[in-house]
Amino acid sequence: MQRIGVFICHCGTNIAATVDVERVTEAVKKEPYVVFAQNYQYMCSENGQQLIKTAIRENKLTGVVVCSCSPRMHEATFRKTAEEAGLNPYLVEIANIREQCSWIHKDIEEATEKAIVLARTAIAKLTLNKPLIAGETGVTKRALIIGGGIAGIQAALDIADAGYEVDIVEKRPTIGGRMAQLDKTFPTLDCAACILTPKMVDCAQNEKINMFTYSEIEEVKGFVGNFKVKIRKKARYVDEKKCTGCGVCMANCPSKKGLNEFNMDLNNRPAIYIPFAQAIPNVAVIDPEQCLKLKTGKCGLCQMKCGAGAIDYTQKDEIVEREYGAIVVATGFRPIKLDNFNEYGYADNKDVITSLELERLMNAAGPTKGTLLRPSDLTHPKVITFIQCVGSRDVSGCGKPYCSKICCMYTAKHAMLIREKYPDTEVHVFYIDVRTPGKNYDEFYRRAVEQYNVDYIKGMVGKVYNENGKLMVQGSNLLDNEQITIPSDLVVLATAIEPDPSVRDIATKLTISIDTNNFLTEAHAKLKPVECATAGVFLAGVCQGPKDVPETVSQASAAASKVIGLLAKDKLKGNPCVSHCDENTCIGCSQCEQVCPYGAITYEEKEFRIGGGKTEKRRVACVNPAVCQGCGACTVTCPSGAMDIHGFSFEQINKEIEAICKR
Amino acid sequence: MVNKNELENINRISGTDVKKCMKCGKCSGRCPAFTEMDIKPHQFVSYLAQGKLDKLLNSKAIWNCLSCMACVERCPRGVAPANVIEAVRDTVARMQGKDGISANDIPPIVEELLPQQLLVSAFRKYKK
Amino acid sequence: MQEIEKKEHKPLIVAFCCNWCSYAGADLAGSSRLSYPANVKIIRVPCSCRVNPIFILKAFQRGADGVILCGCHPGDCHYSTGNFHTRRRMGILFSLLNYFGIEKERTRIEWVSAAEGQKFSLVMNDFAKTICSLGENRRLEDLRCKKN
Repeated sequence: MQRIGVFICHCGTNIAATVDVERVTEAVKKEPYVVFAQNYQYMCSENGQQLIKTAIRENKLTGVVVCSCSPRMHEATFRKTAEEAGLNPYLVEIANIREQCSWIHKDIEEATEKAIVLARTAIAKLTLNKPLIAGETGVTKRALIIGGGIAGIQAALDIADAGYEVDIVEKRPTIGGRMAQLDKTFPTLDCAACILTPKMVDCAQNEKINMFTYSEIEEVKGFVGNFKVKIRKKARYVDEKKCTGCGVCMANCPSKKGLNEFNMDLNNRPAIYIPFAQAIPNVAVIDPEQCLKLKTGKCGLCQMKCGAGAIDYTQKDEIVEREYGAIVVATGFRPIKLDNFNEYGYADNKDVITSLELERLMNAAGPTKGTLLRPSDLTHPKVITFIQCVGSRDVSGCGKPYCSKICCMYTAKHAMLIREKYPDTEVHVFYIDVRTPGKNYDEFYRRAVEQYNVDYIKGMVGKVYNENGKLMVQGSNLLDNEQITIPSDLVVLATAIEPDPSVRDIATKLTISIDTNNFLTEAHAKLKPVECATAGVFLAGVCQGPKDVPETVSQASAAASKVIGLLAKDKLKGNPCVSHCDENTCIGCSQCEQVCPYGAITYEEKEFRIGGGKTEKRRVACVNPAVCQGCGACTVTCPSGAMDIHGFSFEQINKEIEAICKR
Repeated sequence: MVNKNELENINRISGTDVKKCMKCGKCSGRCPAFTEMDIKPHQFVSYLAQGKLDKLLNSKAIWNCLSCMACVERCPRGVAPANVIEAVRDTVARMQGKDGISANDIPPIVEELLPQQLLVSAFRKYKK
Repeated sequence: MQEIEKKEHKPLIVAFCCNWCSYAGADLAGSSRLSYPANVKIIRVPCSCRVNPIFILKAFQRGADGVILCGCHPGDCHYSTGNFHTRRRMGILFSLLNYFGIEKERTRIEWVSAAEGQKFSLVMNDFAKTICSLGENRRLEDLRCKKN
């Protein structure tokens, strides 16, 4: 005889304001097997949990239903509570009467009725719950970091610091990411390279950190604690171990037409190149699209000149298979393409540039060696106009609906740097709103206005056109209710940022969810900002949402601490809600084996008694509970009904349907 | 005095949600007839959102708008200032005989050189 | 008296939501206070591919007026391929339902991700509206399951 206890949470007024908790309590008492029902203000609080524990002990409960918030929120809490009171944690069910009832309904009558039905459903399911014991699996003490930008670097250093092995997989030939391209960083204006390159060197020197640059993720299998990842090391055509990074090959390469991606395509680079002077690893790479030897077979100059004998034209892509306990995704961002914004004339005028291009133009290692020269005729621009929100906050379909967050600050930075270096330059900024929340951020922006006399114009640019070599920027000045045209020498567009397109593919491989803007979805918007719904996968940097450098670093460290917490465990408790096979009904058809995405099902010959003292050998399915993730695909495929899943069994779901449909 | 019906009418004819406006001013930044207008394109949207019907109905700018739809094309929020202007123009024209304008009074207001806005805007709006 | 009751017939909708995307989407709809009709009742399943066609038939038999199945977007399944199985199975089931005379519109599959609270609420409102216009489901209901 079962003895079920039902606990109804008020959640302050979150539930109690729209659900008549007293009525629910009375109603559930009439349900079969319910011997105890109680409501309390905060079930998840210390006192609330104590209440549950006492009730379990005093009433000898065999099952507990908690009517409260989403099971995604507190299922684990209440399971632990039950366990502490000596009840199997899987004899706890949650009825979600907050997210799926009180928060979305206004009518008390309606909400109370629904809450009663939801409670009844949970009770019905609970009557069929079986005590389950979670299996344990080991943890591979190594972490994988996808993306070698500042987020990946920081996470890697933190994890390595705790004594665990880390692999960084970076698709470009060097780590460093976007931050390596920046000139200065706000709000303190220290040079990006000065603060980033030491961290890059640390990565290279740390024996716990292993870098796979110019590599991509090919395949991810497994689960938390035991990921098996295939990494494709793209052919560099240069032996990483032999190359000394001397640069002789670069100087001798006859093919110099490749666009320099690191300089935002503003200048050219040879077919064999090292992306930038401080690249880590400082090893050359051959661009197969440009290399004459690889394309035509005639050249081989670099091989002749290389003193280290590092050049190898026969190199092929290589697949490396590694095992990891946790994965951090830090794939970063890129500026959006401006094809939809013809009004700014980006495609037609060389002197209309994006902010990241300006960053390269102002950088000492950039194409102009740090002197600000406009790209068209290499003269000093005298009037520079910045346009904010290019493609951000755009719901017309041309751009991105979100605020890119970093543009206000970097535009203030650019304006300030230009005014300081070239005081004779006139700087205008068209803005819609200036958004500068953050420590010392607003002060920074005000300094641009007050100290550096940057002309901020509230309004938006409607058109940029070329008239006699001048870029005419026509826009509105809303505060003066005027339309103005500023003849400029250089126009800088604060281009919206979007997640790097490679993130789609990675999300699919890791089966983590992605939103409509291609940002990865965190497990909880407030309380789990670095975790993914998929256990063992963590997020850092712009792949999760727009962020500046300080925020990215904090998130990376947060992700690292989560990884360390995971790797520090020797055993992980698995999910006991996995498939199992009723060997007496299994007909050995192998259909479940085919649909299982994890290969958790194998077939074995087993001997069965068939009466009369005889036995027969039959092929039956066997589920490996450590590998099964409990999706349930096999349960529906099974034609004989032998496959079922703990926690979501055929009978349980049927009971739930019956309870819901009972009028 | 705010006349609710008229406002609703203008909202309905324009078919645009003025609450979506984020006050960036890109419409006015692009408007080729800006200098000729007493009320600027962004103000049409703002006045409609605030229910300032008098200002809308008494504006001269409705006869200066070229209905070139540049503001509609450029708006990042999917608001259509030109449609608002056209809606106001329609409303004024339809108020004929009441407080509005009669057909005979229109020609002197409209500049000779400009095309007939009502016609042009109707073509542009309903061409699809 | 009975007639009044009939007029006020509130359709009963059973929604199967996968734990990883749609159930989280429903939670997001809740925490964003985006309402949908109270007669939508959600059953949590680990993956949309856990939903046996029998569950849907059972729901209709027990008097549900509509059954909606929500999963991750194709390609984004937490279990890699679960929703592809769902899509195929349900395609067959839904056409069979038509054959029994249960309107196809009473069933639906929607892909709702964990970030799409708004979509969840829109889908549920829309589905409830469709079911309201179809009225009570009488084709497969088991009269023994009803009162009196």
